This record gives sequence, C-alpha cells and structure tokens, in this order.
Amino acid sequence: MSYHRLEIKDLTVSYKRVPAVHHVSLELRCGSCVGLLGPNGAGKTSLFKALVGLVPLETGSMSFHGYSKSLAASEIAYLPQRTTVDWDFPITVRGMVEMGRYQVLGWRKRFREDDRRAVDQALEAMELEDLGHRQISALSGGQQQRAFLARALAQEAHVFLLDEPFSGLDKPAQDLLAGAIRRLANAGNLLVVSHHDLRTVRDLFDQVIFLNGELVAFGDTGLVFTAENIQKTFQTHIFSGSAHEPDLAV
Amino acid sequence: MSLTWLFEPFRHEFMQRALFGCALIGFTNGALSAFIVIRRLALMADAMAHSLLPGVAVALLLFGLAPGTLFVGALVAALLVAFGTQIISNSSRIKEDTALGLLFACSFSLGLVLISFSRLSVNVSDYLFGNILGLGDADLWSIYLISLIVLPMLVALERPLLLTVFEPSVAATQGVPVKTLKYLLMGLLVLSMISSLQAVGVILALGMLIAPAATIYLLSDSFTSMFWMGGILGCVGSCTGLLISFWLNLPSGPCIVLVLGLIFLLAYLFSPKYGIVTKLLRPHHLHEASLARWKRRDRAQM
Repeated sequence: MSYHRLEIKDLTVSYKRVPAVHHVSLELRCGSCVGLLGPNGAGKTSLFKALVGLVPLETGSMSFHGYSKSLAASEIAYLPQRTTVDWDFPITVRGMVEMGRYQVLGWRKRFREDDRRAVDQALEAMELEDLGHRQISALSGGQQQRAFLARALAQEAHVFLLDEPFSGLDKPAQDLLAGAIRRLANAGNLLVVSHHDLRTVRDLFDQVIFLNGELVAFGDTGLVFTAENIQKTFQTHIFSGSAHEPDLAV
Repeated sequence: MSLTWLFEPFRHEFMQRALFGCALIGFTNGALSAFIVIRRLALMADAMAHSLLPGVAVALLLFGLAPGTLFVGALVAALLVAFGTQIISNSSRIKEDTALGLLFACSFSLGLVLISFSRLSVNVSDYLFGNILGLGDADLWSIYLISLIVLPMLVALERPLLLTVFEPSVAATQGVPVKTLKYLLMGLLVLSMISSLQAVGVILALGMLIAPAATIYLLSDSFTSMFWMGGILGCVGSCTGLLISFWLNLPSGPCIVLVLGLIFLLAYLFSPKYGIVTKLLRPHHLHEASLARWKRRDRAQM
C-alpha cells in the first residue's frame, strides 16, 4: 500500500563544512505523530530547517507524496521555538494566523471570504476563537503554541514541524496541546515534534526518531523507545565532525 | 485682540514651502518609522544618518552645491557604509553593531575633514540641524519624489514586509524574499533620511524616524495602524512644530522633534493600555470576575 508520506534520503546538513546532521534517511507516514529525540546539538533544529529549505542540503534529497520538496513548499510548515518570536509585536492572535495565508495571497491579492473562513476554522480547531482579538503577548505559553499551529493550519499545511513545543508548559497546557496535535494527526497530517521530556514520549508519539548527528534509531514507539536506544542517543558520543570532538581529531 | 499672528505664517511663501515639505517628510518618515521601531533599527538609522556626511562633502568638492549631487553623494556614502558593515561582520568575528559604529564614526570624521579642506563656505550646521526655511524648488521636488517612491513601495509590500519583520525564518519558509526585502527596507530608510536632511538635519532626522511609531506602539496593537497613524502623527507633529517655531521665533528642527517627543511622553504616561500612569491608577483587581466575587463575599460577611 502506498500512503502519503515524506521521504528523506541520505540527508546531510553542514555549517561551514562541519556537518550537523549526517546521512539521514527516513520515511514518515502522514497521519502519524512522530517524536524527534536527541540531546542538545544533536541536529534536531538543523533537520527541520533543512526540510523547509532554510539551510542548504549538503547531500541527499527529500520528496513529499512522491514530488520533490520544492513543489510542496506550502504544505510544510515550520513552527519555531516560542522564544524566537518578539511577543510584544503589535499584532493580534487573529492577525498572526492571517499571516498563514501568504502563500495563497502573495503580496497583492485581496483578503477574501475564503481566507477569512480558513482563519476562522484554524482558530476554532485550536480552541482559540475567543482569543482572536488579543495581542499575542496576552496568551499563555500553551495558547501561543496553539496559535502557531493555527497559523500553520491557515496555511493549509500537511506536514507540521514543531520545534520544542512542549518546553516550559505546565501539565494542563501540555495536555491541551497534545490533544490538538493528536487531532491534527488523526485528520491525516504528519506531525514531527522535537521533544525533550522522555517521560511523556509514550503518550504522545506513534513513532520516534532518535537523532544524535546521525540517525540512531527510527520506528514505532513501542518497538524503538527502549532503554538501549535512549542510552545510545543521549550518553555515548557520536562523531559529528572534528570541530565538535577535538579529542577524536588528534 | 487681533489674530493676525495666527495666520501670519501662511502668508509667507517660504513658510508655505516649509509646511508642504514638512507635511511630506513627516508622513513618509512617520510611516517608515513603524518598521524602524519594530525591527529595532533605531541605532542603525542614526549611524546611517551620520555616515551621509562624507558623501555630501565629496559631492560638494567635486560638483559644487546642487541638490542632485548632494543627493547622489549621500546615497553612495550610506550604501557604502551599509555594505561595508555587512562585509566586515560576515567575514570576521566583529559583530554588526561594532562594525557599523566604527564605520559611521570614521565616515563622519572623514566628512568633517573633507569639508574643512574645501574652499567653499559650506554651512555644516545646516547639514547637522537642517534649514527647512530655505527649501528651494529642487529640494521640494526631491522630497516629493522620494515620498512618491517610498510610500507606494511600503504600502504595496506591507504584507511580505510584515511577515519578514515578525519572524524572518518562518517568512522565508513561506516564500517571502526575506533578504531582498531587508535590503529594500535599508534603501528606503536611506532615501527618506536624505529627504529629511533639509528639514531637520542628520542628528534630528532620527527623531522623525522613530518618535511617531514609538508613540503609536504604546497606543495600538495593530501594525497597520502603526504605519498609517505613524504617518499622520509625523505629518501633523512636524507641521505643528514648524508653526510653533515660527510663532515663538525658535529654531525649526529642534521644535519639530520636541513636539514629537512631547506627544510620545503623553502616550508613555497616559496611554489607555500601556501608559505608566494609567497602570498605576488601574484597580489592583484586574480580573473583573474575581473582583465581583470578592465584593459579593464582603457583602455576605457583613
């Protein structure tokens, strides 16, 4: 059976010739929620940035539904860590979600009824419809994260790359966000979520990717989320270029 | 009591010209200021303003005093400093702010030295503090043309510019040409700076480029209103400052900036949402529902 999927083949990303992600190959099914696990500096953000074209690929390729990635750019949405945004920006929640319509509208098309409906639906799906008029700093952390998701929904994205969405959220906010992510996956979207808290992995993700420069393991959570893989990913050093590991270069 | 003093400024041609120039410059700079404030380019803009001097000086030495040559000279100098900053910060461990500070100080000094060499009697203080009462036809034309370039550009590109200033990396994934837009914004900044040279001079130009949007930022949560209201505020504030300077016989540039600064101060103190006095006067129970509950409980206990 051929399902909708995101295929990554032999992907390497490097900064000034120092590789951050090495020869990673993955095949991710739409409709699932995938956790991306690894220590700091493991290349989680680099992998995301490569997938959306923010950093060039050193080697490898990717395709979505069998098309090369550039054809499907609007279907992949990148949700950066919350700290990268200036929350004092003079914009309302609704205004931020409306930004998701850029690919449809370009710089000159008028904002129409269709766009308004897409924004309404996105806000509703993320349970933010009552907060649309608020300035974005007047949201809690979890609401801010869901506002990012709403923006990606308004973009009509199919693949959502979430960078550390759960960090800094309290338990109720985590649950709300987890529910929203689960609903998106059940609706047929692919969600890749970089994540730190190993205790919640089993509840959140259908599949996990263990990354530490190289791909350590990938597969269904029940099979792959084992003490051995965790140990391998978080505690052993894996070569990631001489600049990262001066001892090995000698 | 006769009110002739009130209408006096409108009778002089030099004041009519000055008011026209002020209105245009005020609006253009005010609208642009939304981007300067949000992108935190205030110090960058200041440095750019100072770095225009050597360009002006070289243009004077080579071609004499003509608005066209001054304009080109200033533009070239500003672009050189802007690109020089990028080159130094990209190719060494020196950070952007350091590179810019260094280049603009050198550039400004070079300008002063060049001017001292020139035999022409150039009035440096005009350059530093502006002389809007001496606007010639060519000056008015260049102000008019610059507004005609800057404003439509900003209006047409508002949407991608907004995405870029909000979160450049997400904007890039959405297909916004982020780098091009950043350079474009720099270019527009230089242009409108040049147009405000005549009015308030390099040092005070910064006030017109920051005060309007900074004021609106305290009053509104909408970027679009920061843009348009910033323009209107810049326009009205500049003209008011100019008129006050006429009535009270004070220098015009400082008056314009002081009026804008005063309006900012009012917003800082009394803005309904973000003013510091307003915040102090607000009841401590922000949450109305909880306040009501407390009151009910008080009554029940009594």
